Amino acid sequence: MITYANTSWTALADPTRRAVFERVVEGPCSVNELARVLPVSRPAVSQHLKVLKDAGLVIDMRAGKQRIYRIDPEGLAAFRAELDRFWARTLAAYKLAVEQPPGETK
Amino acid sequence: MSSSAPAASVRRSIVVEAPIERAFDVFTKNFGAFKPAEHNILAVKIAETVFEPRVGGYLYDRGIDGSECRWARVLAYEPPHRVLLSWNINPRWQIETDQDKASEWEVCFIAETPERTRVEIEHRKLERHGEGWEGVRDGVAGDQGWRLYLQRYASLFTRG
Repeated sequence: MITYANTSWTALADPTRRAVFERVVEGPCSVNELARVLPVSRPAVSQHLKVLKDAGLVIDMRAGKQRIYRIDPEGLAAFRAELDRFWARTLAAYKLAVEQPPGETK
Repeated sequence: MSSSAPAASVRRSIVVEAPIERAFDVFTKNFGAFKPAEHNILAVKIAETVFEPRVGGYLYDRGIDGSECRWARVLAYEPPHRVLLSWNINPRWQIETDQDKASEWEVCFIAETPERTRVEIEHRKLERHGEGWEGVRDGVAGDQGWRLYLQRYASLFTRG
């Protein structure tokens, strides 16, 4: 389930998650490899990867017993979806702002 | 390998109960008031979002430490009917300084009645952000190309 909190706007705001992502950018790797090179527990790595995957930033492939994560080569599709959500939210908030009585807009 | 070619534009519209002049004014003067808060690539919180009301001006965020993020440039400014801006943030969440690689978004204000306005947004030319991306990807025949691509991609994140 993709929620606003899971867009790449916010997915990379967390420094640890960003570190996980940067490591995946360097080359495909497994959860175990990530947990070994980063000061993060394996369950925490899995959690960060889930957020990155939901945000369309990484994809995973099964390789034997483990999953290998790499960056999403179709990132542009994720970017488009993200912009679509951005404009939906912006316009909804804009409607509230514009329909306030004049003078009350901050 | 051909790309899956997602539609390279996003369209959204909304109807607001306000005259066209007010609809335009609020959009351009209060953009920071309704822009989603997580839309921020500064290292600090945003103090204000400024929309410079002229062609060649910028829509930018100023952080509480004075740093600035100029993430959109005004390409057309036609109150109260239309604005056109570039979108200078790439899919890697970095500022795109090359205008040729920036997408653009157009906002049209249409008076449905004297008290009601339709606001239409089209964010288009998204493929421009992907030119470097796809170009590199298409050129990737073996590990060599793929590795170079990843290094370039990684270098985008090493600043700051």
